[in-house]
Amino acid sequence: MNFIQRRNIFFILSALVIVCGLIYGLSTGLNYGLDFTGGTLLQISLGKTVPVEDIRKITDTFDTKASIIHAGEGKEEVIIKSTLDLDSQERNEVFAKFKEEYGLEDDALIESQKFGAAIGSEIQKKALLSIVVATIGMLIYISFRFEVKFGLAAIIALLHDTLVVLAVYAVFNIPLDSTFVAAILTIVGYSINDTIVIFDRIRENLKLMKKDKYEDIINTSIKQTLSRTINTSFTTLIAIVTLYVLGVDAIKDFAFPLIVGVIVGTYSSIFIASPVWYLLKTKLKDKNGVNINRA
Amino acid sequence: MNLRNTIVFILIIALIGAVAYSAVYGIDSGKIKIPTAREKIGLGLDLAGGVYVLLEAQTDETGPELDKKIDQAIAIIRQRVDGLGVSEPNIVKEGSKRIRIELAGLKDTQQAFDMIGKTAQLQFVDPEGNIVVTGKNVKNSEVAFQKGSTGVEEPVVSLEFDKEGAKSFAEATSRLSAKADAKDKVIFIVLDDKVISNPVVRTTINDGKAYIEGGFDVQSASELATLIRAGALPVELKEVQTRVIGPTLGLESLDRSIYAGAIGLAIIFLFMLIMYRIPGLIADIALTVYVLLVLGIMIALGVKLTLPGIAGLILSIGMAVDANVVIYERIKEELRAGKTLRASIDSGFKRALSSVLDANITTLIAGLVLYYFGSGPIKGFGVTLIIGIVASMITAVFITKSLLKLFVGTNLAKNTKLYGA
Repeated sequence: MNFIQRRNIFFILSALVIVCGLIYGLSTGLNYGLDFTGGTLLQISLGKTVPVEDIRKITDTFDTKASIIHAGEGKEEVIIKSTLDLDSQERNEVFAKFKEEYGLEDDALIESQKFGAAIGSEIQKKALLSIVVATIGMLIYISFRFEVKFGLAAIIALLHDTLVVLAVYAVFNIPLDSTFVAAILTIVGYSINDTIVIFDRIRENLKLMKKDKYEDIINTSIKQTLSRTINTSFTTLIAIVTLYVLGVDAIKDFAFPLIVGVIVGTYSSIFIASPVWYLLKTKLKDKNGVNINRA
Repeated sequence: MNLRNTIVFILIIALIGAVAYSAVYGIDSGKIKIPTAREKIGLGLDLAGGVYVLLEAQTDETGPELDKKIDQAIAIIRQRVDGLGVSEPNIVKEGSKRIRIELAGLKDTQQAFDMIGKTAQLQFVDPEGNIVVTGKNVKNSEVAFQKGSTGVEEPVVSLEFDKEGAKSFAEATSRLSAKADAKDKVIFIVLDDKVISNPVVRTTINDGKAYIEGGFDVQSASELATLIRAGALPVELKEVQTRVIGPTLGLESLDRSIYAGAIGLAIIFLFMLIMYRIPGLIADIALTVYVLLVLGIMIALGVKLTLPGIAGLILSIGMAVDANVVIYERIKEELRAGKTLRASIDSGFKRALSSVLDANITTLIAGLVLYYFGSGPIKGFGVTLIIGIVASMITAVFITKSLLKLFVGTNLAKNTKLYGA
């Protein structure tokens, strides 16, 4: 298989997934988690499935716009989200109404959260800052150990992974919150690791195959590392898929994007990072222009 | 077969097996008691369940004034939380005007909020139960030094009352010091209905300045002074973020994650064994060491496990496997190129090293940045990732290599087919 010659197919495929996913997701609205928007969340175990209208009767007393979602096994739990800032006192009053209505114990309150909107934007800023700084740090290191073009290609592949995962979040309506940031980071960490191993082989073959074209060097390098790439992704996927299958809801929300991320990260190391490096190498003139005849 | 190497190899395996057994099942033989890793590892709030509150001081003050007030507020909250009986409450300053409170495993969350939010009441009470003065009459309280009965300078706690307080205090002390029985001369200093000190009145105190003596060291004296100074929260605190997590949610997630992790690991072990045969077996041993090492470091550093942390661990397991896979694929290549077993192992490790190092260091950079810039769950993820990468480099490069060479040295299996050729 010639990875470089068919590069446009891969680029178009990725662009399609990202664009379609994001358009679909944005049209249906992204599901922002509490810690990004600010607001209040209550998760209560009612012990039976209660129709939304009945729950509305209670929630309308404080917010007619509150969103109500059933959760848990057997849909006996209910998650109430409101954009209002209810302090602990007010939240407890709401819970007290449910306790009274459905004869619940104190431990029926599974989770209750409140985020000030200011905190939400602060978390976003911090998360963004840490991702940007981490990216710059990795770029510097790769440039120092390989060359700037390898660094750029690796970062473009990472951006690709992030966008695909974001598209997945949008399409499947998974809440965007701090765990989303952690998921993206996990994927970025995995993907860069994957990409570097292939780049390392290209670096080595550049020295060994001085007479060959870049295209052949890249294809050879990818083929040589292919069994390792597949085996590693497979083992990592085993771990995450088991977690997805056996884990609780909170973990599922986290494991699913990771499954997508590992697949996408592996894909981008082979089909995006190396072809992008090839483009950078052949389309951009080197200072002395010697490399053009190797294209 | 080489007997000496074989014995060393078997001993190493036995040792790793014993440590792994004690981590999973614990050891309890009456004399020696080793708890399981599951009991030892600290759990973050999202796994243990509990209350997380972020309070913000409602004030425009800055600098040392603000710092002092925040520190006082923290001291008071800590004092109150201690009354809740929460194990290892985490109360820290975040930024310049915020206080983060994490109470893991707390069941009665309402009680926690009541305790944290209310204004502290500092009272000086005489033995008959009359309130002599209250916290609002205390102007200052600090650590001072006085020559004690032994002639050595000892730390004491100084009190300074305002005018009104000085008057009431003078009246009370003259009344109490006149009593005959020592137990009638006591003034109880009560904070939030808890007696924090009960000094005996010796003389009438007219100038509104008193000293509390009684076997303090500098630390306990300064704690008491802080508590007295901060009879009321020195600044209004507003709840900007709270999270209450029921204990069932967390523990269920943890147990199922452990179960899932164990099954995932078992499948990975099997896969490595089938794919790489003898080196695969070595990799499985190295991975066992890796998992134990990560758990050990986490327990030693007191790192709390969180949901994102579990993800970080899984990722680092993937990377630990990757390091082994990269090395073994290299060894296979060398074997196919017709080198001998020993030469292949040596050059395989040598040639794979740059790739393993570069890949891990790049990820390590990301982990360090996240730890440094991130907060809350992102920080936790960063810590776990850093620990995982360091442990995976140690095991993949050193342990895998020495075990593999040792095994070759036993001469138990000479056929290069068994090494994937």
